[in-house]
Order: sequence, then C-alpha cells, then structure tokens
Amino acid sequence: MLDSHTSDTRTVGRRLEGRRPTGRLFTWPLLLGLIGTVGLVVLSLFVGVYDIFGAEDGGEMFAITRIPRTVALVLAGAAMAMCGLVMQLLTQNRFVEPTTTGTTEWAGLGLLLVMIVWPDSSLLVKMTFAVLTAFLGTMIFFAFLRRVTLRSSVIVPIVGMMLGAVVGAVSTFIALQTDMLQSMGIWFAGSFTSVLRGQYEPLWAVAVIVIVIFIAADRFTVAGLGEEIATNVGLNYNQVLLLGTGLIAIATGIVTVVVGNLPFLGLIVPNIVSMFRGDDLRSNLPWVCLLGISIVTVCDIIGRTIIMPFEVPVSLILAIIGAAVFIALLLRQRRRG
Amino acid sequence: MITLSAVTKNYSSEVAIGPVDLTIPNGGVTALVGPNGAGKSTLLTMIGRLMGMDEGTIEIAGYDIAKTNSKDLAKIVSILRQENHFVTRLTVRQLVGFGRFPHSKGRLTRVDEDMISQSIDFLGLTDLEGRYLDELSGGQRQRAYVAMVLAQDTDYVLLDEPLNNLDMRHSVQMMQHLHRAARELGRTVVIVLHDINFAGHYADRICAVKDGQVVQHGTSDEIMRDEVLSHVFDTPVKVIAGPHGPLAVYY
Repeated sequence: MLDSHTSDTRTVGRRLEGRRPTGRLFTWPLLLGLIGTVGLVVLSLFVGVYDIFGAEDGGEMFAITRIPRTVALVLAGAAMAMCGLVMQLLTQNRFVEPTTTGTTEWAGLGLLLVMIVWPDSSLLVKMTFAVLTAFLGTMIFFAFLRRVTLRSSVIVPIVGMMLGAVVGAVSTFIALQTDMLQSMGIWFAGSFTSVLRGQYEPLWAVAVIVIVIFIAADRFTVAGLGEEIATNVGLNYNQVLLLGTGLIAIATGIVTVVVGNLPFLGLIVPNIVSMFRGDDLRSNLPWVCLLGISIVTVCDIIGRTIIMPFEVPVSLILAIIGAAVFIALLLRQRRRG
Repeated sequence: MITLSAVTKNYSSEVAIGPVDLTIPNGGVTALVGPNGAGKSTLLTMIGRLMGMDEGTIEIAGYDIAKTNSKDLAKIVSILRQENHFVTRLTVRQLVGFGRFPHSKGRLTRVDEDMISQSIDFLGLTDLEGRYLDELSGGQRQRAYVAMVLAQDTDYVLLDEPLNNLDMRHSVQMMQHLHRAARELGRTVVIVLHDINFAGHYADRICAVKDGQVVQHGTSDEIMRDEVLSHVFDTPVKVIAGPHGPLAVYY
C-alpha cells in the first residue's frame, strides 16, 4: 500500500493533464433534447380544433390562444420541474414536490380566501395571496421535517400529502359554505384551456424564478448535502433554505393561479433525469427544464386530442402518468434498499 | 493552533461539557479519546462551529470562531462528521469538488480542478473518481469524504470517528492517509478515535476526555501508560511493548 502511495504522488502531475472537468453544460445530447423539445412546442402551436390556416381570423386566433397556451406550457413545465428539484434537494428526499408537500393546496387556500374576501381583486392580488400562503405552508412542512426525524423517506411525502389533504378539506369546506365550490374546482384543475392573451402574462414571472434557480444552483446542491456539510464549506444553510422556499412558493403560487394543479411533474422529472445522469445539479438543470416542458406539452397535446373536439384537463393526464412513474420509482427504491 | 478557553456546553441535566481549557498545537495528528458519552465528538463539533457553545471561546489560528464569518472559517478549518447520508447521487469527483466551494463558490477553476485531482490521488481514489458514491464500499466512500475535506485545503482538519464502520485493513489505510496528510501536506489533524491502539500508534498527541473534561493531554508515550488509560477508561488497562510500539491490552 505504501509503495502505491509514493507512485500515486509521483504520477499526480501527469494525471492532471488529461482529466475531464466535471459538469460540462453544453453537450450533443443536450442539443438533441433541445431540438426535441422545440419540436414538441411547435407541434403544440398547431394542434387544436380551430383551423388556423383555413379560417379568416386564423392568425388572430393563433395569437390569442395558441401562442399564450404554448408559452404557458413552457413556463409552467419548466418552473414546476425545477421547483420539484430544489425541494428534493432541500428536504433530502426524492419524493417531495409542491403537490406532495401541500404547497399547492396552501396556494389554493390563499386563492380561495382572497376570492371570498375580495372578489373583484386583480390577478396580481390573487397571486400574491396564493404565493404568501404557499410560502407559509411550505415553511410549516419544512419546520415539521426538521423537528421530526422520519425513519423512512417514503413517509415524508405521505405526511406532506396528508397535510395537503387537510388544507384541501378546509378549502372545500370554506368553498361549500360560500358557494364557491364550482369556481374552486375550475381554478384548481390544472388546465391550459383558459390560458388566453391578457390572462396568462403574470406567468412570465416564473421565468425569473427559473433563472434565479440556475444562478443559485450550487448553493442548493451544497445545502442538499445536509446542514453540517453546508456549514463546513461556509454556506449559510438557513438562508439558502429560506431562498429556496421563497422561490418554490412564488412559482407554485403563480402557476396555481394561472394554470392550476400540475400533479407529480416536479416529482417525476428530476427523478428521471437523475436516474440517467446522476445529480450534478448545474449540468442537470437544462435537462430538468427541457423534460419538464416536454412532459407537460405531451400531456397537454394528449388532453387536447384524445376526445376532440373536447378537451380533458392536463392535470388528469399528468396524474395518470405521474402516478405510474411514482409507483415505479417506489418499487425501484425498494429493490435498491 | 487551536485554543479552547473555559468552554462549556450543557446538553441536558446529566450531560455537561467543560469548562474545558485546551491548546492543540499546529501540525501532526491529535487524537481525542475517551469512553462513550465523554464529550469527544461534542468538543470536536464545537471546534468545527457546527454546534454552539454555552460559554467560553474557541480560537483557531487566532480567529474567534464565534465572531468570524463562517465563509472565512471554511478556508481555515474543515470538519467531517460521522454520519453522511446523501440522497443526492454524486460521483466521487463531484463530491470532492464541493470541498472547493469556499474558494470557488461552485464555479471550479483550473486551480480547483488540480486540487481536486490531488486530493483524489492522495487517497488512492484515482480509478474510482467517476463512480457514484452509492456504488462504492464503505471504506471507499469514507475515503471520498476525507478527500473532500482535504480538497478544502484548510490548515486544520477535524474528523469525527473516521474509522467507524471500517474493517481492519481500511482502518489502517485511513490512518496512514491521515498521518501522511499531516506529514506531507502540513495539515493539523484532530481526530476522534475509539480504538486507543490506533491513537497510540498513529497520533502524535493524545487528548483524553472523560465526563466532559479533558483529563490528560500529552504525547502518545505520555498517555499510553497503565495508570493513565485505566483511569480514563475506568477499566484495567495494561500497556505492553508491541512490535511497533506500546499496545494497550484491556481484555
């Protein structure tokens, strides 16, 4: 052993030369992924009942519905997938995302309350409330996680979903008492049907969230190694936790108000990416972005075409696909121990 | 130099640490030994500023750890705790790369990459650098963690029971690595050890902790004595002359 040590030290200089640095951002597979995603996005622009080429006002309709809808798909898909990733890092749990921690339910509760108290409020006010309650709810969940050490990682999303169900039940009760049940159902069912010009623009704010996550990526990864290792390398763990929660709450709040629930998206995308590429966050982020966009777009196209000329909400398709992937991940986890 | 002055920490009503006054000189390997629950790990964790103390001050290389920015401390001292479970799936090289975070904030430069390569080579992980941590054996993984704290390039390296879960061969290798880190890289290594014979053989100094107090602190030869060890561990210990130095026999 000692002999190999000395030879190790001697060869250090030579070995340093040919080594590939970690985390290269732009690669050929990524370019292919980008082309695929752009293809899906373009396809989404041209799928629908209305004949945008034949009809006289085709161009106008294209601008009013198709472009906003597709932009919304891109933004919501990317944001929710990235939020799922950040949340999984911060909780050190593979099975959490905004819909398995109650974050979306909290956003929904905030939205409902503002609709009751201030029915004529602008979209911006509604969003602000949804963001605030989403932040509060996520902090409650994180505080719970830090206080209670859970033996099994599978328990964490179960606790989150239970918390979400309780909050959802409160929302339903309030909605029932105030005759809001129907409009609540419409708000929450994740669907891009109602995404029109003039109503979806706030969604652009989540583009900022996506950029901030890109910038702070390394901090989130280090925080994901645990509080002790994060502190050891001089990172303020609580600050990063707060930043992450804030970003998740803003993105979830906005997406919930504009689009609705997008179940399991933040869960399945980061897991699929990590399965194939490991967890180097910086080089994974573009992949998480692209895959999030692609999955939402595919689900939306399926939802639009499956019972044409009618539509099913994208959340329905996502829930079916997402649940299947979720179960597959659980089984895989059990096999690996 | 690491200096603890009147450091106290009250865990619960039964477990209390201090007041501890201790000076760990620069260079070499200093081992913290003592019975279970004596407070070795707590002391180390406080020196590494992962846990606050109730009273007293700790200075590392003249910096008061309670008053110095955590970011700056990360370039002076690094600490590795016992349990490291990651959900994140990282390769050895990516993990070691995080040791450079205090210097590069995640954007690795050429210097960082060289330092990472050196650390990996130093711990004999060159052929494993592309492997994921969950594919490694316990001993290899432990070496990867140590490579990470060495890559941090701090003068002071604190390790909490790095031999835990290692078999005989890997324990010996780990101690040789740490010994070399102190010798060849000039690091000051402070390490919590369970096995007194590992401490006796590989450490330059031993600091014996008992009931939250430092009861003995000296060179290995000064601590490796019947009466000292018997008192520290509350069990009859006989030190005999082994082929490579004194050996404590306690069964």
